[in-house]
Amino acid sequence: MADVQQQYSLPDSRGHFGPYGGIFVSETLMPALEELCAAYEKYRDDAAFIAEFENELKHYVGRPSPIYSARRLSEKLGGAQILLKREDLNHTGAHKVNNCIGQALLAKRMGKPRVIAETGAGQHGVATATVAARYGFECVVYMGSEDVKRQAANVYRMKLLGAEVVPVQSGSKTLKDALNEAMRDWVTNVSNTFYIIGTVAGPHPYPMIVRDFQTVIGKECLKQMPESFGRQPDAVIACVGGGSNAMGIFHPYIPYQNVQLIGVEAAGEGIETGRHAAPLTANAKVGVLHGNRTYLMQDEHGQIIETHSISAGLDYPGVGPEHAWLKDSGRAEYVAVTDEEALDAFHVLCHSEGIIPALESAHALAYAIKIAPRLSRDKLLLVCLSGRGDKDMHTVAERSGIRF
Amino acid sequence: MSRTQSTFQRLQTEGRKALIPFITAGDPDGELTVPLMHALVAGGANLIELGVPFSDPMADGPTIQRASERALAKGMSLARVFGIVREFRKNDAITPVVLMGYANPIEAMGFAVFAEAAKEAGVDGVLVVDYPPEECAEFTACVRAAGLDQIFLLAPTSSEQRFRDVALAGSGYLYYVSIKGVTGAAHLDFDEIARRIPRIRAVAGMPVGVGFGIRDAESAKKIGALADAVVIGSRIVEEIEASPRAQVCTNVETFMRGIRTALDELAGVPS
Repeated sequence: MADVQQQYSLPDSRGHFGPYGGIFVSETLMPALEELCAAYEKYRDDAAFIAEFENELKHYVGRPSPIYSARRLSEKLGGAQILLKREDLNHTGAHKVNNCIGQALLAKRMGKPRVIAETGAGQHGVATATVAARYGFECVVYMGSEDVKRQAANVYRMKLLGAEVVPVQSGSKTLKDALNEAMRDWVTNVSNTFYIIGTVAGPHPYPMIVRDFQTVIGKECLKQMPESFGRQPDAVIACVGGGSNAMGIFHPYIPYQNVQLIGVEAAGEGIETGRHAAPLTANAKVGVLHGNRTYLMQDEHGQIIETHSISAGLDYPGVGPEHAWLKDSGRAEYVAVTDEEALDAFHVLCHSEGIIPALESAHALAYAIKIAPRLSRDKLLLVCLSGRGDKDMHTVAERSGIRF
Repeated sequence: MSRTQSTFQRLQTEGRKALIPFITAGDPDGELTVPLMHALVAGGANLIELGVPFSDPMADGPTIQRASERALAKGMSLARVFGIVREFRKNDAITPVVLMGYANPIEAMGFAVFAEAAKEAGVDGVLVVDYPPEECAEFTACVRAAGLDQIFLLAPTSSEQRFRDVALAGSGYLYYVSIKGVTGAAHLDFDEIARRIPRIRAVAGMPVGVGFGIRDAESAKKIGALADAVVIGSRIVEEIEASPRAQVCTNVETFMRGIRTALDELAGVPS
């Protein structure tokens, strides 16, 4: 294609995206990561592995997910056309399952009978519990005790699927602490356990593996856009917490220089209040956490600080290292929208299209709603609707002063 | 010769093993850390690993996690840890002090600033749990330029090639993590350790210490028979946690003396 520019081949062999990424773990985990790297190298281009992955995505997840033109919403805004990549229609209701299936197939080939995961809101935990049931793995999910309280329905879903849910009491008792605890489990049980990380963070090779499995989102779009809309979009917009749905839809578009890539972080109560989860937008200091170097929400002494977002899935102090690199290189731009703006977008989509989006995805949508009126009607904005909002009923109702 | 080198050399001449306790700076509070360090030495410590608290101590078990949380709640920071070492040095010019912690507080301070401040305070070495040798070349250069040792970990899961690579990158001593797991976990496999240590020694070119999971005189003695140094962390932190503030130093010193006595029974026994 005319607008395809240079090849992009990051990360390097040690997992670096420029100065970001890498392998920052204690010595005990090094061999486990090397084993995972070797297994992934062996299977990533293996025809049988790819065929099984694609077959599972088609028949178990229900892919490909459609691109839906939100006509009533676009009409109302009177500017650019808003198109939704419907990851909310996947089995388990979000993009998370794409990656879980890929990693489960690796675990199966590596002969690991036990899988573990960390989860914030519970979406990745539910997806992991789902694939564990599907492939017959023992499954333990670590979840901050604060999140266990806030997300009781998802905790029950994981238990229904046969997983053990372990509440984590340390630190801020949220996602980052669940990740610490899952790492501790992995260090201890490394010989029989596969750690299914849910986002494009963690030590190499995780950011690369999770990205690769999620690129099914963007690859489908590359094909669907010309078929249904005659051309590629002008901009691709996705929410960024750790950033897995965004990497999945951005990555295949990186060589298409005419396609703008926009990551939307959680501004929480506002960037200026400090109560947010937007390390890229706020230009947070670069540091090392959870096995990689990236932009991090931290205090002046290098201690990680608590983040704030109405969406539990975006409530993370770091961000995938490839996003850090895309920001610095200028290939993608990162913005943030507040809790209020995301909530407004949530309601607007419910009313105008009959689609209840996840609060995470509502952030991406909110930014599209913000810029669409300023753009001409022939512009196409492709928004990754990463998940459905059923899990957020309680949060949204509470905000509206409703109790069940 | 560095304080660390002369300490190990003196012990070797005496046929004794190094006893290396770990405590977290600022646990239970900043005022008690210097007296605690002196108590450790009075109880028989040859080198002190001083933990720099971090909000996300991924490689630590619940005991040291809690110590980190207590210290941070009282306002401990990397900058204040230097103050503690400086204070300790006023009354102890002999016992080496190694800072042990995670990368991010050092990243926030800056490598060169950290290395200079550590040297100036009287720190002898640094062990950063989440800096494997291949990720920290720039940091290692700063640490070396300041004349400090960088201590690295080796694990039961490490390959022989890894032993060699890590031995090349480090100085001072090598720290063999005796179990698969986090600090404070149980189940020491002495046979496995006995198999591993000679192979590490063959490539190390420096003393080898063993830690993670050593809890009493008996296990310390068994490890002492195999290695040059015995590291005890979580068990001491438990002692701190369980003691009334006024008793902390006495209780820790008593505990240390028990281990010291057991280790010295090995004196003259070739390993």
